[in-house]
Amino acid sequence: MNLPMASPTEDVLIRVEHFTAAYQGSVVIDDISFEVYPGEVFVILGGSGSGKSTLLKHMIGLFEPVSGAILIDGDDMVTAGGDTRARILTKFGVMYQQGALFGSMTLRENVRLPLEEFTDLPDEAMNLIADMKLKLVGLDAFATYMPSEISGGMQKRAAIARAMALDPLILFLDEPSAGLDPITSAELDQLILRLARSLRITFVVVSHELPSIYAIADRVIMLDKRVKKIVAMGPPQELRDKSTNTWVRQFFNREASAEATG
Amino acid sequence: MLALETEKTASIGFRVSIDSGTSTLFVVGRLDVHTTGGVWQKALRVIEESHPDRFVVDASGVTYCDGAGIALLLKLQDRQRSAGGSFAIVSLREVFHRLLDLYGNIPVTESAQGTPTRLSFVEQVGRVSLEVGHNLRILVAFTGQLTVTLFRAAAHPHHVRWRDMWHVAELAGVNAIPIVALIGFLLGLIMAFQSAIPMRRFGADIFVANLIGLSMLRELGPLMTAILLAGRSGSAFAAELGTMKVREEIDALSTMGLDPVRFLVVPRVLAAVSMTPLLTIFANLFGLIGGAVVMISLGYPLVTYGNQLLSAVHLGDLISGLSKSLAFGLVVAGVGCLRGLQTTTGASAVGESTTSAVVSGIILIAILDGVFAVLFYSLGI
Repeated sequence: MNLPMASPTEDVLIRVEHFTAAYQGSVVIDDISFEVYPGEVFVILGGSGSGKSTLLKHMIGLFEPVSGAILIDGDDMVTAGGDTRARILTKFGVMYQQGALFGSMTLRENVRLPLEEFTDLPDEAMNLIADMKLKLVGLDAFATYMPSEISGGMQKRAAIARAMALDPLILFLDEPSAGLDPITSAELDQLILRLARSLRITFVVVSHELPSIYAIADRVIMLDKRVKKIVAMGPPQELRDKSTNTWVRQFFNREASAEATG
Repeated sequence: MLALETEKTASIGFRVSIDSGTSTLFVVGRLDVHTTGGVWQKALRVIEESHPDRFVVDASGVTYCDGAGIALLLKLQDRQRSAGGSFAIVSLREVFHRLLDLYGNIPVTESAQGTPTRLSFVEQVGRVSLEVGHNLRILVAFTGQLTVTLFRAAAHPHHVRWRDMWHVAELAGVNAIPIVALIGFLLGLIMAFQSAIPMRRFGADIFVANLIGLSMLRELGPLMTAILLAGRSGSAFAAELGTMKVREEIDALSTMGLDPVRFLVVPRVLAAVSMTPLLTIFANLFGLIGGAVVMISLGYPLVTYGNQLLSAVHLGDLISGLSKSLAFGLVVAGVGCLRGLQTTTGASAVGESTTSAVVSGIILIAILDGVFAVLFYSLGI
């Protein structure tokens, strides 16, 4: 699939500044800063326990950081309250690791939900939009199915459709490939790329699946739990071939660390 | 050199010698997962009792050693170094040395979580008090949030998810009628039977109707219905919301800008508050029927039982009971939902939330019943 790559522009969509996060009293990420540009597929990666998902959950406002700012399209997620926070929330959608579809609703009802809550569209229009979004992810034939009646990969695609219901600027994906077979995972990667390139949606993806990272990422940041900081930033192929950091090279080449091999 | 002790288990033995500040532990035999447990404490006690400057493990007699044996060696090393002394293992066969090197980088501590320190009574009281205070603070904050959301729902009824509310009302209310009716009937029947026997000796068995009527309508009807609701629906709310929390559905609601309290708690609370008084009426009715069965079997016509009942109970008794049941419904649903939303992660978390919802619900019902008793007494109801 030959798709045009997004290139960083001067515009910044997400700016994370001097961000420090703690989990259960101990600092897991210490004073990091980075930027995400419109239209790019930005991947947060790192080893297990490096704070990838913690960072994502701070970016979407579920946790409060120890210090720092998270600016989404100019508004600070950390300090925003009331209407400002509600406005920020409409700018992004989130796909959770397990899909987090509402089990008591059909796929169409799941996708319709944000439309019901935040728009005054007529019933017919909401159904049409929900079906369009489901078609975009290849699930239009399953609109009346319950989440429990479809596979894990389909649940993740449906979760992407729901996250896109309000046409957000940004989609946050938490470990989209986790628990999927290689073929389903590759199909999901293609979907992400297609949405990113055709709809110019900015993707922020947490992952540690190397094939997936090579397939979709324009840029990555790499978190290291030992230093609790970003140890590398850039296109994944470049980091694999040119990084001077041993751990980064080991990560990209799937080599065990010296500690593990003794 | 002084031989202090010789220990022997199924296939392991050890001997300790102390010589001018150096304790040597001679280990002989198999140091494996089956034998190590038998000598673990005794080996550690050697360091604690002799406080050597240098502690040496002579492993020349070790014929086999696995991970458990290495764990003991590492533990001894850690204990000796913590005491400020030096430690050495001598004559460990090369094949076992490699095993020691493999695990050797792992720092040895009392346990993965550290040694749980035994707390004094005062510390335990303090800790429990802090926990109770913390829970109370959460309960007050949640009550405030729920109250505000309920007022908003009253001001904007179209924001309430009525479909969910009716669905929950069916599950928690309509489907609970058989069990509520059965318990109410048995309660009335047993109470009437147990009281009729002694009262008959005094020729006062007609007053069983008064006892059943007043106790069911004012106290037992609302109380038993609420306890049943806590066990049946409070736990279900906690389990449902807890599972949603574990599956990140609550997070998904929050990031969609939807308030979980409005979206999930309000329909359940409204359903419980509207269904509890109705269920209480069923419990009362079937309790009175249970009493009637006993009275008829004692030879009283139904009309006599009915007249006695009407002379004993008043509309105020029914209303006071129903007003209590409203509050009980609010508490049961509120606590069930709160415990569900507080669910942490892991397989056991939902179970813990469910248990906590039932226990907290019943405790709060008992407290609230006491408050109502005092309140009604003060008001002369």
